[in-house]
Amino acid sequence: MAVVRSPKDFVAGLLFIATGVAAIAIAANYTLGTAARMGPGYFPRVLGILLILIGAILALRSLRLSGAPLPGWKWRPVLVTLGSVVMFGLIVTRAGLVISTILLIALASAASHEFRPREAVISGIVLAALAVGVFVIGLKLQIGIWPGAY
Amino acid sequence: MDLITNLALGFGVALTPVNLLYALIGVVLGTLIGVLPGIGPVATIAMLLPTTYALQPVSALIMLAGIYYGAQYGGSTTSILINMPGESSSVVTCLDGHQMARKGQAGAALTVAALASFFAGTVATILVAAVATPLSELALKFGPAEYFSLMILGLIGAVVLAHGSLLKAIAMIILGLLLGIVGTDVNSGVARFAFGVPELTDGIGVVTVAMGLFGFAEIISNLESTEKRQIIATKIKGFGLTREQFRKVWPAVLRGTGLGSVLGVLPGGGAMLSAFASYTIEKKVADDPSEFGKGAIQGVAGPESANNAGAQTSFIPLLTLGIPENAVMALMVGAMTIHNIQPGPQVMTSNPSLFWGLIASMWIGNLMLVVLNLPMIGLWIKLLRVPYRLLYPAILLFCSIGVYSINNNNTDIMLTVLFGLLGTIFVKLECEPAPLLLGFVLGPMMEENLRRALLLSRGDATVFFTRPLSLVMLLMSAGLVLLIVLPNFRRTREAAFHEV
Repeated sequence: MAVVRSPKDFVAGLLFIATGVAAIAIAANYTLGTAARMGPGYFPRVLGILLILIGAILALRSLRLSGAPLPGWKWRPVLVTLGSVVMFGLIVTRAGLVISTILLIALASAASHEFRPREAVISGIVLAALAVGVFVIGLKLQIGIWPGAY
Repeated sequence: MDLITNLALGFGVALTPVNLLYALIGVVLGTLIGVLPGIGPVATIAMLLPTTYALQPVSALIMLAGIYYGAQYGGSTTSILINMPGESSSVVTCLDGHQMARKGQAGAALTVAALASFFAGTVATILVAAVATPLSELALKFGPAEYFSLMILGLIGAVVLAHGSLLKAIAMIILGLLLGIVGTDVNSGVARFAFGVPELTDGIGVVTVAMGLFGFAEIISNLESTEKRQIIATKIKGFGLTREQFRKVWPAVLRGTGLGSVLGVLPGGGAMLSAFASYTIEKKVADDPSEFGKGAIQGVAGPESANNAGAQTSFIPLLTLGIPENAVMALMVGAMTIHNIQPGPQVMTSNPSLFWGLIASMWIGNLMLVVLNLPMIGLWIKLLRVPYRLLYPAILLFCSIGVYSINNNNTDIMLTVLFGLLGTIFVKLECEPAPLLLGFVLGPMMEENLRRALLLSRGDATVFFTRPLSLVMLLMSAGLVLLIVLPNFRRTREAAFHEV
């Protein structure tokens, strides 16, 4: 059994191969056409093949060239930051900018290991005022300020 | 002379109160994000792009461009004062700039950085104005085959001259090209890779991709590292230069400006590469190379002028050929598209006031930056004291509002989150996101030109080699790839980026 010496390249290679395969599989539903009259499936298939080739070279090469190990994965920053944005997206239309902003700031702040709840709430209120001033009043974006405005 | 009339037209546009205001907003924001670590020009421009719908196109572009070159100025301030580059292009400035600050010469270092940048910015602006007309005329002769080859050259150049693994970078380009396909095919009306999501039939927005890959992913990796910033509290004095320092500085500035202007035009070039190259050269030509790394003033002057010249001239391919050569320019394509301007050689003739107004505004913006950076340095230093735990939630908020405002629905926000997750994975796998963004923006154009070229030649692929201009560009691309396979060049390339 071959040993993977450069795990980053190996995983990246597999990722590219998988994407290439997926692209070709999906593009199989689109007409291929000929070189002179390309159908919508032509370009994606060419790209998929190239991606698989490069992915394969990367993955095979990782068995010979050594590289750095895969870094660890800290779930808290990933989940909390992205989660706070998802929450913002889900509520902003109905709850309005002010409430959504305060909630986003409060939640996102918890991603840091230096989290201070009181500070996060104050910062949320200040930023909510700023966001309303800049985006709604200044740049005239169509975002409701309070719940039920739009 | 045409150049003078054109520039006069440009200044007429750029000097209107509204455009002066937007140039000011752009450079202030640019300086701000240059000073603040954890947010770069790509994420900032992506954030503000959707908010420019309501503006005049020229005002919007003036502001967004200001952010890019403003960041070059701001980045050097933090490099010098706290040894922390606010921007990747000012990494080199840390080396000698911070050493100068430690020796009590922070004032001199800041003066050199600002004035060198201003000089370079002025020269580069004139250069942009001078070469724009002939290059656009050349580009108007391009057929689809030439355009396709030009894009190949642009993409290959972008990865060869950037740092990191070549193979991974090419894979990232292809990934970007694939993402660019998502949406309704203009020729057949087929919705490709839309997965039944109605919003996807319009394609993925460039803001969504850029914000996720650059903005969110960067915040996450910053939060994962526990490194702390140390802030120096000393008062900065002595902004003047001695005669001896001046004598050392000016040749370095001239070399840096020249180098940056040339490298900026090359695909993949721009600010960062120029700065690295200039540092290497200054070290080579110096009377006493051992000074470098210990506070050599040429080590600040050269790279600072180079990065600013490079930032400026990287607008040339975008404005004349319609081809973006780095991630920021890819976003400028997005900005132009929002305002229904198809980037390319025809912009200059169909929209002269926009074209020349943007160029003139760059010089005005540079002037504003000198004023912003030297007398107001104290203000920027105060900003450095804002802790990251307060900063990143605010960045997340502005990103979210920016993305939401594109279509006022949350599909874009969810997509951005997805790209943020993807970006985090890319960081872990050491895959650079910039080539992906370039591929993404060029994807539809590339497919269209490939189709047209082969339609005209009745499917004969040799058309790319029989048309002379196209052949030259393909040969240049092949040359670049060969170059990197050669051990000698590879070593220099790695050395240039690992000098730091």
